[in-house]
Amino acid sequence: MDILYLLIPISLVLVAFIALILLWAVRNGQFEDMEGPAYRILMDDDSPVSNPEKSDDEQKKEAN
Amino acid sequence: MEATYNYKVVRQFAIMTVVWGIVGMLVGVIIASQLIWPDITMQLPWLSYGRLRPLHTNAVIFAFGGSGLFAASLYIVQRTCHVRLLSDGLAAFVFWGWQLIILCAAVSFVFGVTSGKEYAELEWPIDLLIAVVWIAYAILYFGTIVKRKTPHIYVANWFFGAYIIAITLLHVVNNIELPWMLGGSTSLVGMFKSYSAYAGVQDAMVQWWYGHNAVGFFLTVSFLGMMYYFVPKQAGRPIFSYRLSIVHFWSLNFIYMWAGPHHLLNTALPDWAQGLGMAFSLMLLAPSWGGMMNGIMTLSGAWHKLRTDPILKFLITSLSFYGMSTFEGPMMSVKTVNALSHYSEWGIAHVHSGAMGWVAMVTIGSMYYLIPRMFGREEMYSTRLINVHFWWSTIGVVLYIAAMWVAGVAQGLMWRATNADGTLTYSFAQTVNAMYPFYTIRLVGGIMFLLGMLLMAYNVWKTVSIGRVVNDAAIPQAVHA
Repeated sequence: MDILYLLIPISLVLVAFIALILLWAVRNGQFEDMEGPAYRILMDDDSPVSNPEKSDDEQKKEAN
Repeated sequence: MEATYNYKVVRQFAIMTVVWGIVGMLVGVIIASQLIWPDITMQLPWLSYGRLRPLHTNAVIFAFGGSGLFAASLYIVQRTCHVRLLSDGLAAFVFWGWQLIILCAAVSFVFGVTSGKEYAELEWPIDLLIAVVWIAYAILYFGTIVKRKTPHIYVANWFFGAYIIAITLLHVVNNIELPWMLGGSTSLVGMFKSYSAYAGVQDAMVQWWYGHNAVGFFLTVSFLGMMYYFVPKQAGRPIFSYRLSIVHFWSLNFIYMWAGPHHLLNTALPDWAQGLGMAFSLMLLAPSWGGMMNGIMTLSGAWHKLRTDPILKFLITSLSFYGMSTFEGPMMSVKTVNALSHYSEWGIAHVHSGAMGWVAMVTIGSMYYLIPRMFGREEMYSTRLINVHFWWSTIGVVLYIAAMWVAGVAQGLMWRATNADGTLTYSFAQTVNAMYPFYTIRLVGGIMFLLGMLLMAYNVWKTVSIGRVVNDAAIPQAVHA
């Protein structure tokens, strides 16, 4: 099972890599607020009809 | 341009999701028919079961699921980071590159070109093309995250990020192969033929390390990214617990990689490696169910929405199937259960409960959310048709997996039945014969699922033809940081 000499180190490197990213995320403050982000995606209005005037204006601008 | 989102690539991938869904499921229906009527394709070599089966699996996973993931991830990353994609050119390259890969794959399978590795059957020229397009996608995705306008990276993006990195690693390691050409072959077949760098049980180990992680990262982690955005958006409620979603993410990532050996239980693989695979598979139950509960409980206090909103029905049903198959998977990884289930139709039941119930349904629900927004409409042309689609799909999946469960257990029991003198009770042909009724029920389930997709195509067609293409959805200027 020589292959395990390849696969196990790959996994360990990967785990170390994941741990580094986790450490970065914690230090970066990604997990400071555990409520806000869940609400913030709901505040982003992606309904196409809600703001028709603005997008029409922009279309005109692009046409000109 | 900078003040708008790139919807073009999202729209392209969303439409292709429906198209490839129909193609992939149609091929599935054909091979399901071949198991009942072996001569249905008139013994044409190009349409034989062995060639169409990888075409079916690759089409539904990488063409249908892949397109859905590209559409969802490239939409979500823009909307949650409040920024346009890194590069429109790169986005177009990813779209056309992926379509080219799918076409090459379809043609090569029909002509019998295959490397023989399950879910990695594509030969070396296509493998190289995949690597190039995938790295372009990674640059596009992470580049967009880097230039984001919001300090926080929404959890769905973490899931997509992990999926992109893991697939790069898996694809490269599993497809290290030597083209036969380099060994001096000058024949046309030899041009595309390659041999794996690994041999025997080593190759099997790499293959299933890849195979199970492909299921884990291509079909689970990525679609969870889809779920963590579209379930809250469609329900109009925040995710049940944002904290749990973060725990879900990190725990899945830390323990997923070593579940692969459970595909090689009771084989020549060393016993300790089999035990390791089984242990990791059992551990996976915890984060999987945490995530499933998190998604479903998002509806707590708003369950009434399920009665009237078929898109939500798709999304929540997909989560129930996610829960079922992530319970079934660890159970099948137990050696004694596996001794019965392995190589039998039970495996087919399991994979389709995941692929049709979880992956396809969450994708379909998400596309019903996405497509009207891409074409400037409040909702799909017909909500009633979405509801009909939902019921056809649900009944189709249930017929499919129930039939294959019964078939698998029956098959496993018949294979191991012995007489008092130690001889086998049933010949192999007898066990095949016992499958006919179940194969027929499975075909009916598959046809219902395909018909649902055709209904979706009609609904999308009507939505597109009365809608207008949205190319310039404005990015909100005031960032809620």
